[in-house]
Amino acid sequence: MRCDLKKKSSILKSLRTGLLIAISIIVFAYAFQVTNVNFETTRSEVRITQLTRVLRALAKPELVKYDTTEEEISTPFYLPCPENNEIEEIEKNANEAYIQTSVICASPKETITVEGFNMPANIKGPVNFLAASGVKRQLANFETNSEGYFTVDVVIPTRQPVAEAQYITATIRTTTGLPKWTETAKATWDKIIETVFIALLATTIGTAASIPISFIAARNLMKDSTSTPTSTALNIIGFPIGAYLGYIFSKWVIDLLSPLEKNVFVTLIGLIISGLIAYLSLRKGLPSEDIKKPSTSVRIQRFIFIFIAGLMTIISIILFGEFTKLIGNALENILGPIGFLGYALFQIGDITLMLVPAITAIAFGGVVVSLFNKVGLSLQDNLNTKILKIINILLSTIAGAILFALVMAVINWFYQFNNPRISLYYPVLIGGFAGFILAVIAKPKHPLPTGFIIYTVTRTILNALRSIEPLVMAIIAVIWVGIGPFAGSLALALHTIAALAKLYSEQVESIDDGPLEAIHATGANKLQTIVFAVIPQIIPPYISFTMYRWDINVRMSTIIGFVGGGGIGFLLQQNINLLSYRAASVQMLAIAVVVASMDYVSSKIRERIV
Amino acid sequence: MLEIINLTKVYEGNVQALDNVSFNVQPGEFLAVIGLSGSGKSTLLRCINRLVEPTNGEVIWDGVDVTKAGPDELRRIRRQIGMIFQHFNLVERSKVLTNVLAGRLGYTNPAMSLVNRFSKSDVEMAYKQLERVGITDQANKRADELSGGQQQRVSIARAMMQNPKIILADEPVASLDPVLAHSIMQYLEKINKEDGVTIICSLHFLDLVHRYANRAIALNAGVLMFDGAPKEIDDGKFKEIYGKEAERVG
Repeated sequence: MRCDLKKKSSILKSLRTGLLIAISIIVFAYAFQVTNVNFETTRSEVRITQLTRVLRALAKPELVKYDTTEEEISTPFYLPCPENNEIEEIEKNANEAYIQTSVICASPKETITVEGFNMPANIKGPVNFLAASGVKRQLANFETNSEGYFTVDVVIPTRQPVAEAQYITATIRTTTGLPKWTETAKATWDKIIETVFIALLATTIGTAASIPISFIAARNLMKDSTSTPTSTALNIIGFPIGAYLGYIFSKWVIDLLSPLEKNVFVTLIGLIISGLIAYLSLRKGLPSEDIKKPSTSVRIQRFIFIFIAGLMTIISIILFGEFTKLIGNALENILGPIGFLGYALFQIGDITLMLVPAITAIAFGGVVVSLFNKVGLSLQDNLNTKILKIINILLSTIAGAILFALVMAVINWFYQFNNPRISLYYPVLIGGFAGFILAVIAKPKHPLPTGFIIYTVTRTILNALRSIEPLVMAIIAVIWVGIGPFAGSLALALHTIAALAKLYSEQVESIDDGPLEAIHATGANKLQTIVFAVIPQIIPPYISFTMYRWDINVRMSTIIGFVGGGGIGFLLQQNINLLSYRAASVQMLAIAVVVASMDYVSSKIRERIV
Repeated sequence: MLEIINLTKVYEGNVQALDNVSFNVQPGEFLAVIGLSGSGKSTLLRCINRLVEPTNGEVIWDGVDVTKAGPDELRRIRRQIGMIFQHFNLVERSKVLTNVLAGRLGYTNPAMSLVNRFSKSDVEMAYKQLERVGITDQANKRADELSGGQQQRVSIARAMMQNPKIILADEPVASLDPVLAHSIMQYLEKINKEDGVTIICSLHFLDLVHRYANRAIALNAGVLMFDGAPKEIDDGKFKEIYGKEAERVG
């Protein structure tokens, strides 16, 4: 019986194997058809000739050129032969280069032989027919041997009969002086520099932005973060409100401060004063140690100081932006050749000002969330389960409504329903209902895995973003900021954020948990744990991933020019389209050199640090 | 000082790590926790400072229920409870001094520690603690350059930075050789006797328990099997704690 079973299963097994093999054969056969596999083309003579030509061109990058001088060696020739046969023989100087034709006159279409003597050895050049009208026509190419002799058969062209002598010439080209860079080489140099800096900027911005994101996208840091239904609902309600208030506030402050904009000194003084106030009130509000649990009045006092510090920080950031813009503008004119420093300062100021509303919105949102969190915790501690449940239901209904309304607002922006019923009323109703149901089901004090949810959402967004090719992003960026390296930098930076945040977060996930536990046990909070236990462990992999990414970005920025993103790609594509393969070869060479040296430098840096 | 009442921990997948464990710890005690691997010793220690969230029961510390403490309260409780681990759990790439200073984090303002800044008095204290465990000269080395025994001494210094009232030691000598084990245990003893710090220490070897502890509790599959003086552990008790087939070594 058992034996039977075994036999059966072995037959089944071999059948299955056979089927698998059959299926894979079919799959690959289909793949051949789909991808148009046709090796006959690879053997076709025409194509091989073309390929050879292109490869030979690519092997000779048009890097340098020489100044050349041309010397024409000529001999008179009569076309047609004169009637009276009176032709002056010219004595050839046997010490100098000269050419000689087999006959000194001929009719059109006749073939004659041209010989050259005492020419430079081993050179190539054209043999021309110089008509009486001064028009040149190339008849053939000559190539001298090691003794400076050549012989070549040429066909006499059809020309109007002329009585006087015309000429057959051989042109000797000699290079003089030192080699010079070609225009292609110069343009390539400019563009490769641009390429490296696109990569540098994209990597820097991408790294800076992806480090904080990587912590949010790390499972081991997020999975333990939970919050109770009360706090969660309050957070969902609180953040948009806080963010909106922050946005309005920052706009108002910027408007308020705008009269200062003109005056450098007033701005500087304002910057110093606001910075000082921010620093002092921060010191007041955040004592370096608190041994005892602080009393309520002390806590309120601290809160006020921190609030003042926050406001002053926002003001000083704005003033900083204004100040750098003013200074940058002035310096750009003064500094002359290094005016780009001023330009950079101006841009930094501008970026700062641009970011202020966003930063303020997030900060205000954060403040409101942390306040609401405290409220939520105290509600939970002080109320009995039944009342808490009712409050939870109320809060989560509102939270659901707000959440759905916000999500729908984004969707509405894309699809423009222009119908409040679809874009507002229904989402509010559905969201409110969902929140209501959730709150009814959930235990009022049971913590929700908010950390895990945030982790999942972040990961999903990163994965989606990462799957979009930088080339596609560059196309969109070009639409936004116009053709040029800035578009390329933006596209690459965005892609870098997505890619690096994922790589980084995987590093965070693979760190040793022990130190984390130990630092936690000392009473450190989340932030301190990250600074003291997580960051020291991830520095080496972060550096090596950043270098690796720079490497990728350099390679990416070489082709991002294909779609108008600046860098060397534009030149490369242009030359390929113009069939100037020798020029394209220069760009390819430059890319190879840069990528190889990046590789070398990054491995050296990694060795040093890791 | 520390009162554990009906502490129960069930891990995901219905693994019962602690089952209704109750006991008291008096100030100044050196309490050993014994039991087989997997009997719940580590879980018990971690439930006290809530590195592991207990499923049920109470941990009363200085009259406050730790299991119900909010984040701020928990921070204040944790910083009075030092902890030492089997694998030292130092941040290996950081300097020894930084590792020791990390013990001060519970007292330091998070905003200040963001930029890695500690007060002068904290730094002085760190050097004092390093001197106490005899490795002042290693202060500026990276933690992973130190030997196992030295690393455990660093982690004792780190725990002492907390000005702890109690130290939880989770098999502090299990990955050290016997000579080093005794030296580490002597440091703990010294802290216990001189500073009056209560110590709860899980141990594998009974001779260490006899030598250093003045009380022992035993766990078997999460159940408290024994609570008394170490010398009361006779052969009968031993079999009860470690199972019928166990034999005494050392």
